[in-house]
Amino acid sequence: MIVFSNVSKHYNDVVGLNTTSFQVETGELFGLIGPDGAGKSTVMRLLATLLLPDTGSITFNGINVVTDYKSVRKSIGYMPGSFALYTDLTVKENLEFFASVFSSSVEENYHLIKDIYDQLAPFRHRRAGALSGGMKQKLALSCALIHSPLALILDEPTTGVDAVSRVEFWNMLRRLKDTGMTILVSTPYLEEASLCDRVGLMNNGTFMRIGTPDEVVKAYNKTLWAIEGGYSHAVLKALRRYEAVHAVYVYRDKVMMSTEANISAEDIMEYLKSKEIEGASVVRATPDFEDCFMDLMQSHTSVKHDRTDKHG
Amino acid sequence: MKALPHLLKKEFRQIRRNKAMLPIIFIMPFVQLLILVNAADFEIRNIRIAFEDADRSKASQQLIARFTSSPYFNVLGMVNSATEGLSLLDRDKVTVVLRIPNGFERQLQSNHHTTLALDINGIDGQAAGLSRAYVGSIVREFQASITSRGQVGRGQASSGIDERYWYNSDLEYRNMMLPGLLVLLVTMVGLFLTSMNIVREIEMGTIEQINVTPIRKYEFIIGKLLPFWIIGLLELALGLTIGVLVYSIPIVGSVWLLFLFAMLYLPVIMGMGLIVSSITKTQQQAMFVSWFLMVIFLLMSGLFTPIENMPQWAQSITLFNPTAYFIKVVRLVLLKGSSLMDVAHEFGVITLFSIVMTTIAVLAYRKRVA
Repeated sequence: MIVFSNVSKHYNDVVGLNTTSFQVETGELFGLIGPDGAGKSTVMRLLATLLLPDTGSITFNGINVVTDYKSVRKSIGYMPGSFALYTDLTVKENLEFFASVFSSSVEENYHLIKDIYDQLAPFRHRRAGALSGGMKQKLALSCALIHSPLALILDEPTTGVDAVSRVEFWNMLRRLKDTGMTILVSTPYLEEASLCDRVGLMNNGTFMRIGTPDEVVKAYNKTLWAIEGGYSHAVLKALRRYEAVHAVYVYRDKVMMSTEANISAEDIMEYLKSKEIEGASVVRATPDFEDCFMDLMQSHTSVKHDRTDKHG
Repeated sequence: MKALPHLLKKEFRQIRRNKAMLPIIFIMPFVQLLILVNAADFEIRNIRIAFEDADRSKASQQLIARFTSSPYFNVLGMVNSATEGLSLLDRDKVTVVLRIPNGFERQLQSNHHTTLALDINGIDGQAAGLSRAYVGSIVREFQASITSRGQVGRGQASSGIDERYWYNSDLEYRNMMLPGLLVLLVTMVGLFLTSMNIVREIEMGTIEQINVTPIRKYEFIIGKLLPFWIIGLLELALGLTIGVLVYSIPIVGSVWLLFLFAMLYLPVIMGMGLIVSSITKTQQQAMFVSWFLMVIFLLMSGLFTPIENMPQWAQSITLFNPTAYFIKVVRLVLLKGSSLMDVAHEFGVITLFSIVMTTIAVLAYRKRVA
């Protein structure tokens, strides 16, 4: 449905997207996961016809996004990262306006938004600017859906939304996916990755890994250790200089470290003792999605640092 | 074009709800026309004058009496020397000192040339010029009266000018000012409201959502400009109504011709508003830039100072000032009753401006931020 091949995008000297290829299948819920500045929004804005790629080609449902942007616009629903509806128009007026500019009507596609709109209905005469954050997101999703698009492009729809609304929002996305809708969604929250069919982990304008959340976890080929006790800052500092270390970071009050498989808990204990750190316990840990992401981020960043070192 | 009616509906709805725009649209014409027309009155009354009468004759007394009875002058008294007169000027007690030389009456009677001296506060050049002209006319009248009474005799015919002012026979200042203020009104709506309204979509981020809809570039622009084009014409109608009802300004020519010109003038100004909106990112920036443009357009338009008074290079610049053409046409049509043929040149120029400006504006406005 969505095909990026060798697409790159620069903003003056800043890299938005490094030569990147990926695909999203029809009916798939694809998540773009990564920190701020990773290139998630660039991917979405390129697909939404708001940006032009420097190189490479992007097709949507077989249509060239650059040359035939008009037909692409008709069949996508885009929800920008920041609230972009008319705050001085009411819920109903916003919905009617966006339906009408697509030569459609609210009645015609009401079935698509019924679930969401039911929750908005009590506020339909309220100005959009006076809605709560969660309600705004629901309205924005309704407006993106009202012309019955083939695919939804949602740029960080859950950022800054309360936990309950986030769960509700993802439930809505699952239901939409069940109707056959293709959804490309980005999020900075790692725990939301498991809710996607497939995810692309992004950093520095490129994909570090693409696959199902399970595949991402399975692809983890390091040994993960959880180090508890001791002064975590000192532990962290010491482990960073440990020669067998692959990645080390603090996660949920523990210092997590990944190493190659040939390292044992005793090796690590010994190293810590040599650094005069007492009272720390080293335990094998089962990696979850977050660990995979942190590991990728660290190795990705360190590779980059190595390169700069060589140059510098 | 299918989306246009929906865009217009949305636009009018937003204008109606905008707490800043609506009062501007409806209160501005009243404020400008009811207050400014009176405030920006260049006619001067009660010019404070003092006399140095070195002659102390019957003739000099008669001359001073003429000033005393004139509504334009407020005679503050007599001084004994030129120095004393200047010190009154210094202390801003008077703005004009008229000095009558010794032998004034004698010279007049013997029909010799006589010179009066006039000291004027020249800080406000316009006021000074008018004071000079008023003094001059009183002196001329005085001279004429003496001649007719035969006090100056001996057969020399004195020549005078019989003046008659056309198109604004009483030189009523309002008749000249009000048409100009109508232009100011239309220009403000066209420039400020247009640029601010478009930038608002960028500032609020709504342009993102609009840009992914099938709304075409030209549809969006028309949808944004048409409401203010209509409002601009309404303002003109409102302003003319106030002018007729409150000030009874003459409408000698065709009102329709005036509206036709405004219809062509507004796209020029709104095109400029569109350009302003494409180089700014917030409503505040748009307002600053619009204000800057507006001041230049107005000061170089002939609204306050005649274009003929400007240096040649400045006059050349006014050839590119659409506001100058509109002010000229409004005055010509309202006061002189000029027909389309009389102002054909101005119509031609504004049509050209209109085409050029809209083209540039549309090109400058990029729907796809690339």
